[in-house]
Amino acid sequence: MREQDPVERSRNFEEVACGYHPDDAMRESERCLMCPDQPCVSGCPVGIDIPGFIRKIGEKDLRGAYDILTETSLLPAICGRVCPQENQCEGVCTVGESLEPVAIGRLERFVGDAAIREGWVNIPYIEANRFKVGIVGSGPAGMACAADMAKAGCEVTVFEAFHQPGGVLRYGIPDFRLPNAVIDAEIGNLRKLGVRFECNTLVGRLFTIEQMITEMGYDSVFVGVGAGYPTMLGIPGDSLNGVLSANELLTRCNLMRAKEFPNFDTPQPIGKRVAVVGAGNTAMDAMRVCLRLGAEKVYCIYRRSRKEAPARAEEVHHAEQEGVEYHWLTNPVAVLDDGHGNVRGMRCVRMELGEPDESGRRRPVQVADSEFDFEADLIVYAIGTNANPIMGQTSKLELNKWGYIQTDHSLATSMAGVFAGGDIVTGAATVIEAMGAGRKAAASMKAYLGLRDSALPYASGGEKLFGIDTRERNFARVRVA
Amino acid sequence: MSHYEIVSREDFSEVTYLLEIRHPMMARAAKPGQFVMVMLNEQGERIPLTIADFDGEKGTITLVIQAVGKTTRQMQQECLVGTSLYALVGPMGVPSPISHARKVLCVGGGLGVAPIFPQARGYKEAGAYVIGVVGFRNKDLVFWDEKFRDCCDELIVCTDDGSLGIKGLVTAGILQAIEKHPDIEEVVAIGPPIMMKGCADTTRPYNIKTMVSLNPVMVDGTGMCGGCRVKIGDQVKFACVDGPDFDGHQVDFDDLMMRLRRYTRTERQALDHWEKGCNLTKSIAGSVEALIPVQALSAA
Ligand SMILES: Cc1cc2nc3c(=O)[nH]c(=O)nc-3n(C[C@H](O)[C@H](O)[C@H](O)COP(=O)(O)OP(=O)(O)OC[C@H]3O[C@@H](n4cnc5c(N)ncnc54)[C@H](O)[C@@H]3O)c2cc1C
Ligand SMILES: Cc1cc2nc3c(=O)[nH]c(=O)nc-3n(C[C@H](O)[C@H](O)[C@H](O)COP(=O)(O)OP(=O)(O)OC[C@H]3O[C@@H](n4cnc5c(N)ncnc54)[C@H](O)[C@@H]3O)c2cc1C
Ligand code: SF4
Ligand code: SF4
Ligand code: FES
Repeated sequence: MREQDPVERSRNFEEVACGYHPDDAMRESERCLMCPDQPCVSGCPVGIDIPGFIRKIGEKDLRGAYDILTETSLLPAICGRVCPQENQCEGVCTVGESLEPVAIGRLERFVGDAAIREGWVNIPYIEANRFKVGIVGSGPAGMACAADMAKAGCEVTVFEAFHQPGGVLRYGIPDFRLPNAVIDAEIGNLRKLGVRFECNTLVGRLFTIEQMITEMGYDSVFVGVGAGYPTMLGIPGDSLNGVLSANELLTRCNLMRAKEFPNFDTPQPIGKRVAVVGAGNTAMDAMRVCLRLGAEKVYCIYRRSRKEAPARAEEVHHAEQEGVEYHWLTNPVAVLDDGHGNVRGMRCVRMELGEPDESGRRRPVQVADSEFDFEADLIVYAIGTNANPIMGQTSKLELNKWGYIQTDHSLATSMAGVFAGGDIVTGAATVIEAMGAGRKAAASMKAYLGLRDSALPYASGGEKLFGIDTRERNFARVRVA
Repeated sequence: MSHYEIVSREDFSEVTYLLEIRHPMMARAAKPGQFVMVMLNEQGERIPLTIADFDGEKGTITLVIQAVGKTTRQMQQECLVGTSLYALVGPMGVPSPISHARKVLCVGGGLGVAPIFPQARGYKEAGAYVIGVVGFRNKDLVFWDEKFRDCCDELIVCTDDGSLGIKGLVTAGILQAIEKHPDIEEVVAIGPPIMMKGCADTTRPYNIKTMVSLNPVMVDGTGMCGGCRVKIGDQVKFACVDGPDFDGHQVDFDDLMMRLRRYTRTERQALDHWEKGCNLTKSIAGSVEALIPVQALSAA
């Protein structure tokens, strides 16, 4: 796949990976062995029929490929871009045992982009069933749940605290990895299914979950409010000006479009020398945003080694190409001030890997007398998030000891009719996992409401007439896109 | 798209104005101590403003705003009756715990006079004896004294120049009240950080519980960015979801004031950029200048 030149792209916000040319996609699809045991499918958290859609690409039937993808995944153009494929589908691809694995994610994106370009949508029969469903949070979990409930005929309203829907896809992941146009297209598809979006609505404070069930007439509610609450390191100097969370940096830049300051009002903190602590996707995004905003030096400070870095391999590589300097096995111990409340630099120690801990990763231990200082004027923490407290503060939903919402295996919460999924249940995870949770909760919600179509439209291999699944035997009003 | 219509407006002075905005649902949900995030237009910044009043029957909330920088000045120009805001979210933050204290001192200074009002009213409704202390620079800037008289059993007005009430800062008013009423159980103070710090220092020797409402720079207001973090005792809290009210005797005000200056340079830039594009009169600009010494204290 063609990519923008690293030097050039590190100064703009255009997408880095340019997507496949149709010929490349054809060539790549031919590398798939159509393995009978389909290891890749079990590697995908939602079990997409991967050889199935790749075969359709080979047959030049992109619409057919799209139909197969959307039987399982709501957001192929998004997951194809942001899934950590090397740990999921591509990580277990048979071809990968000896060669590069089949580029499943890129092929998926290729099909998803084609669908957006051509305006394809798969709108099934929708028979209104008078049930009202409320979705709290418009991230991937909420979007997936909303789509399934709308397809089942419910009247679905998504409530979002921000002024634009999309969750982390919108405020966290930058344009050069996931352009806004792609998110808009997917939100547009949801609207075509009849989903309503109510932005600027802070559920819990404007009205509570209890009120949704008791006063507002919602028959069932899904809570997908994400994790959010960023962690600080808790070292001296944390509150100096110039120390901020990656969430703040990214929200200012992406959602508030501070990168277009002063045409947009929100100020963007930017430094000449930036140190980002952490090596997950959030850290990579923060570093690459800083480069694009004009930072001269961007350091990545991570206490383990490259092998343990939680970010997608492609992002670690892209960031390196663009000029990020990695400092593996390095742990910050203090942020240094300039005497006026601003950041002057950082003090770190070197680490080495010791015995494995509970998670199986080798625990980093400090190397004696390895302290050193370096200069920096912006420090960004990307070391993970905790559960957002608002739901716990405003409802009787049971939480676990870390503050995440407690659910059973069907994603039901302690409150009848209320389901939850995504980061607010599992802690920070991935887009596709959040989406899968949204769909799983939708299945449980349908069971709860006594709606019995859950299995049908998603089983593969159904006959289709004008894009409508002929096994759906109801003869009600068809809503046309 | 947006439907947050401004239904009435009042200008208290050259820099202070009131907007009453239609939002029936929020008007019913709002409680004293909560705030909203506002975006004037799509290009705008999200800024936090305290809900200074709410009327469930009329379905409106009231904001009292001081024009100190780009956004608040642009709003002063553009938010006319009949226009709408692009975004309005809230009510945010933990409502002030209106306790069952029998005698309460509610202190508002400058910017904090409006937001102290719902608290004073809340305490009055809870049956407390409420003493109000409000501070202004001079007599011309005074507003809502009638509203306060309605819900306070006693009202002390302080002006810097003595043109109305007692001459001096609100802390002088606090001392006067404490002298007269040694049985004050609680103090609530809202205003610029330097004033709240003064209030906390004043009540500390008397050991009277003092709540303050903190105003750090916020981005989302939903606990997601950590920009609003404040030091309370030895803990770090996010003002938007853990506050904004905290125990004034625990707050690290110096840290708060230092962090409020984070974006001084860019804020200045935003203002200049905007002023170039509009014809704000020199006189308003001048008086605004006089109003921001707190923030500008050591603008680098
Ligand atoms: C910078 C960054 C980069 C990432 N990169 C990747 C990647 O490359 N690949 C990958 O797979 N994963 C990535 N992730 C993780 C992934 O984005 C998340 O796991 C996923 O978005 C979680 O989805 P969600 O629906 O649970 O929550 P979110 O996406 O967090 O959405 C929750 C939404 O709910 C709203 N909300 C919160 N509280 C309320 C309330 N009280 N009322 C109304 N609305 C509310 C929020 O504003 C938000 O819009 C990344 C995360 C970040 C932060
Ligand atoms: C919980 C809370 C309640 C508030 N209530 C009121 C109120 O009722 N009336 C009122 O007039 N003001 C209130 N403020 C302050 C108000 O938000 C700022 O005056 C406003 O954001 C300034 O924006 P500006 O663009 O006009 O000025 P700028 O030039 O951008 O900034 C001027 C100063 O305002 C502060 N400020 C700037 N941006 C923010 C931000 N995003 N969040 C918080 N502070 C900021 C900084 O100290 C800055 O130096 C409140 C602040 C908070 C946190
Ligand atoms: S959704 Fe993600 S894991 Fe599943 S096939 Fe697509 S890229 Fe792979
Ligand atoms: S494992 Fe790889 S080669 Fe086999 S079917 Fe899946 S994608 Fe094709
Ligand atoms: S304003 Fe972002 S966490 Fe409080």
